Amino acid sequence: MNDKSAPAYVPVHPPTLQICGVSTRFGDTVIHQDINLNVEAGQILGLVGGSGSGKTTLLREIVGLLVPSKGAVRLFGYSVLDQNPLIRRNVRRRFGMLFQQGALFSALSVYDNIAFPLRELRVLDEETIRDLVFLKLGMVELEPRHAQLMPAELSGGMVKRVALARALALEPELLVLDEPTAGLDPDLADNFVKLLGMLQKELAFTVVMVTHDLDTLAGLATRVAVLADQRIIACGTPADVLEVDHPFIRNFFCSERAAAVMQKGFA
Amino acid sequence: MASATIETSEREGRQHVTLSGEWTLANLPLPIADLERRLQSLAGPRVSWDLQATLRIDSVGAILLWRAWGRRWPLVLDVPAQHRSVFERVAAIRSGQTGAPQAQHLVWLLALGQLVLTAGKNLREIVTLIGQLLLDIGYLFVHPRDIPWREFSANLYKSGAQALPVTALIGFLIGVVLSFLSSLQLKLFGADIFIVNLLGISIIRELGPMIVAVLVAGRSGSAMTAQIGVMRVTEEIDALATMGVSRSLRLVLPKVVALSIAMPLLVVWCAAAGIFGGMVSANLEMGLSYGFFVEALPRVVPVANVWIGIGKGFFFGMLIALISCHFGLKVKPNTESLSAKTTAAVVTSITVVIVVDAVFAVLTRGIGMPGSA
Repeated sequence: MNDKSAPAYVPVHPPTLQICGVSTRFGDTVIHQDINLNVEAGQILGLVGGSGSGKTTLLREIVGLLVPSKGAVRLFGYSVLDQNPLIRRNVRRRFGMLFQQGALFSALSVYDNIAFPLRELRVLDEETIRDLVFLKLGMVELEPRHAQLMPAELSGGMVKRVALARALALEPELLVLDEPTAGLDPDLADNFVKLLGMLQKELAFTVVMVTHDLDTLAGLATRVAVLADQRIIACGTPADVLEVDHPFIRNFFCSERAAAVMQKGFA
Repeated sequence: MASATIETSEREGRQHVTLSGEWTLANLPLPIADLERRLQSLAGPRVSWDLQATLRIDSVGAILLWRAWGRRWPLVLDVPAQHRSVFERVAAIRSGQTGAPQAQHLVWLLALGQLVLTAGKNLREIVTLIGQLLLDIGYLFVHPRDIPWREFSANLYKSGAQALPVTALIGFLIGVVLSFLSSLQLKLFGADIFIVNLLGISIIRELGPMIVAVLVAGRSGSAMTAQIGVMRVTEEIDALATMGVSRSLRLVLPKVVALSIAMPLLVVWCAAAGIFGGMVSANLEMGLSYGFFVEALPRVVPVANVWIGIGKGFFFGMLIALISCHFGLKVKPNTESLSAKTTAAVVTSITVVIVVDAVFAVLTRGIGMPGSA
């Protein structure tokens, strides 16, 4: 909970993600009011909140798809909406986003989907790209023969894996996940969470994820931020968050099933 | 951040290569091809590699080194434990078949056969769709409460009423141009007054229906394909089916009926605008009075021509809607398919309309021409 006391000095390594006083309103509807949040390198932050609490909106503001009405979002110390297009592009290349539905380019094959961000750099030759694509495919535990499939021919779990491989193509320092396990059956979701955890350990990237799946949260997050009443009502380790007395937290974490999952996950 | 650097030295008759800095995509010196050539020139069986001073190695850096080593571990390699896993992952790359499949012989013959088969399949499916629509109409006769009035009127408004301005404008301009160019020729022969025959027959019988068909195919046909196509992509059509609503009755039939009714009206409207344009132009160019034009028109253009134009409008409208809906229902859930099917719908509609127009011309050759009726 000590996120809110912003330090006066500027650290040498700025936090991976810094949200300073962000407010969002659509017309007369207030979504967020003065949100502050810091995520340090290497952390896995799970952002939870009720339906319509603006989790996905906040995520879209983090990656620069939405402009907050007030306040600023800084990634690696830079704004994603910087005036300078070069800074903007560099920041955008340092994070990867995994969309809820995968957002694979439906006209491109799996291979071309993963190769796309690599080709966009315009510094790698086709042979290196080929090696990299098959490396990423192996990392998300897909077979080389899957490379020629089209997105429409993939199952839900495979779409997520390919999307993850594409998000990881540039070896980002920050991975932003929107509902990483939504639409997967429990078994697949479990596998996907394990895969994410394993890759995070190997590549040591920072993760910011929105989820309302307790298993995902318990399996991955090292820190939890709870979004309710238009602000972040709790942020810290899962144990810290459970201490906070708020109706949403009671409902979300302290149901019988939730208690079992949390105990299993954080034990 | 320290960029990637290479140092070489020679000790005890062995070549030592010491790498340091960040061997990551962002920090590799550009162009990468130069770096790769440098690495490749250094590589050899008697070279020892020291990677202890590297801060970070990502998969791009590892792949570059791995390739320089000839895709196997060098004999002498000193790499920090935390970077070893990157190389192990690169070593484990299993690549599959990529690149274009090999060109086959007689590709053109295959393509031609494929085209014919596709055309045949489309034709069969359109006939099936027509049969389904006839069954639907039969069903509606028995159950008039199920007639989709709202969808019908919405389609009539969208593809009919909203097309009025553009068809009038195009018709008017074509009338002006046709009249202007013909009058230049007719004046040579002193046959000025035949402009009425010329414009009347050509616009009412031929150009009106054709112009409207092309416009409507581009305007409403593509819209129908895209709408039904996106409904397929978003599974809305499946949702309709699970609610027990027939897609042909609720989506296709109203479009086909609405366009079959709107098109003849648009043809009349467009032909009227064309005649009006021609009349204005003839008046300005040759001084032909409006009164004479209006009075001469019914005398020289038998009324059968109007009926032929309206009949064409009816058939063209029905065909355009049928073809557009057919291609819309064939859209697969990806962006490429949506664009391909929309293109196919418009191109096929216009082609079919022109073919049917030729059939009409043959069938009605004895009707409505001055002197024959």
